Amino acid sequence: MALASLFTASTYAMWLRLAVIAGAVGALELACRIGWVPMTIVLPPSVMAASLVELLASGAYSRDILVSFSNVALAALLAVGLGFLIGAILHALPAVRSAVEPLLASYYAVPTFMFYPVFIILFGVGSGAIIAIAVLLAIVAMITATLNGVDRIPPVLSKTARIFRMGPVERALKISLPAALPYLFTGVKLSVAYAFIGVIASEFILSGAGIGYAIAYAYNNFNNRSMYGLMLLIVLAVTLINTGLDMIDRRLQARLRR
Amino acid sequence: MMRHILGPVLVILCGLLAWEVLHLLVANSSLPSPLATFVEMGVLLRDPDFWKQAAQTAQAFAVAVVLSTVGGIALGVLLGMKRLAGQVAEPILVNLYSLPKVTLYPVVLLIFGLGISARIAFGIMHGLIPLTLFTMNAILQLKPVYRRSAAVMGLTSWQTALRVVLPAILPQVITGARLGVSLCLLGVLIGEMFAARNGLGYMVTHAMERGDMPTVLAVALIIAAVALAANGLLLALDRSRQP
Repeated sequence: MALASLFTASTYAMWLRLAVIAGAVGALELACRIGWVPMTIVLPPSVMAASLVELLASGAYSRDILVSFSNVALAALLAVGLGFLIGAILHALPAVRSAVEPLLASYYAVPTFMFYPVFIILFGVGSGAIIAIAVLLAIVAMITATLNGVDRIPPVLSKTARIFRMGPVERALKISLPAALPYLFTGVKLSVAYAFIGVIASEFILSGAGIGYAIAYAYNNFNNRSMYGLMLLIVLAVTLINTGLDMIDRRLQARLRR
Repeated sequence: MMRHILGPVLVILCGLLAWEVLHLLVANSSLPSPLATFVEMGVLLRDPDFWKQAAQTAQAFAVAVVLSTVGGIALGVLLGMKRLAGQVAEPILVNLYSLPKVTLYPVVLLIFGLGISARIAFGIMHGLIPLTLFTMNAILQLKPVYRRSAAVMGLTSWQTALRVVLPAILPQVITGARLGVSLCLLGVLIGEMFAARNGLGYMVTHAMERGDMPTVLAVALIIAAVALAANGLLLALDRSRQP
């Protein structure tokens, strides 16, 4: 039974996917070892992994890692909280919403990142400016998801709330939030991804701490070993977090189709 | 129509007002006022050096857009026509999409050197994946009757892709292209901001280092305006294509 479930269609795709990734990593390792790809450009994956283990064990980058992850967490938290609040307020005020919505629709066309220097003026070089730009990047995804989620609450649920004579608070907690949750969670997932992009990119361009800064520093000093170790750390961390959030997301989406 | 535009215009005016207030509040006004920024924009638009930098950025951007559009659609069709390939690739692509690609920029620089090709490659890295995902998912969700009719008429898979599938999924492809174009621009600009000696992204970082805030804001606003115009154009195309 357990063996049979290993070979259903979707798990088959999953195993195939793992095989494709393993094949790509293996091919890169081979190409580096044979010398097709010079070691001065790309390091073999095994060396990247060894470097990652070393730099985690030595603790040389512990501060940078801590700074980056706490900035991402704070930015994502702020974006989700404020985005939800703004979304809920906009939904309650249709006049304001119709004025703001066309702007929200083309928001992601603007390279927000160009305004990072402005935040450096306002907050100085450091976590303040970085969190601000990450929030700015992430918040609109959450606002849009909130509006979408509240819009799609089935009318029958609102009627049920009326029949049970629920107050506004009880109604929000027991009806609206659970009904909108799958859509809200999609917003959370996007916000976390954007917060990561915002934080790492700003550290890269201009800052004095963080993993992005450490990678840029290692690049400028031709320290390929540390650079690739840190890159692997980011790729693994983002993949792990995204996969986790995606699993929850899929479960919630499945609830919608029930 | 007037009422349609009135709302967003009011919101933008409120934004300008907030900017002015912020300008008055920030200590010794290191944040330029809206008026000063617009004056600087006028100066820049008459400055041949600005146009030289803009041409650099435009060149990298144009090549990146063309290559990522062609590549993204081709890759999306290839993965979409084979269901299993699509299922295998989708989570990998989604994960690549949400990866902070700046992390990988040093690799691009090591491979392509410091020239324009590195920025083009970085733009493609940003723009390719959304278009691939949109194209692939559109084909996977296409009604089976399209593919079956093509098979009945004895079309080869090349003809099916070109004559049946692509026209059927055009609206989704345009949506994907809209996202891809904005991300391409972001990729090229970030590339210029980090390591380049020309282009608008370099102009912004260089002005920032000199503490020349009006230039930073003016360039950023000009880019934002161009990006919004391009997006508006694709959005209009998108809507005219919707049934």
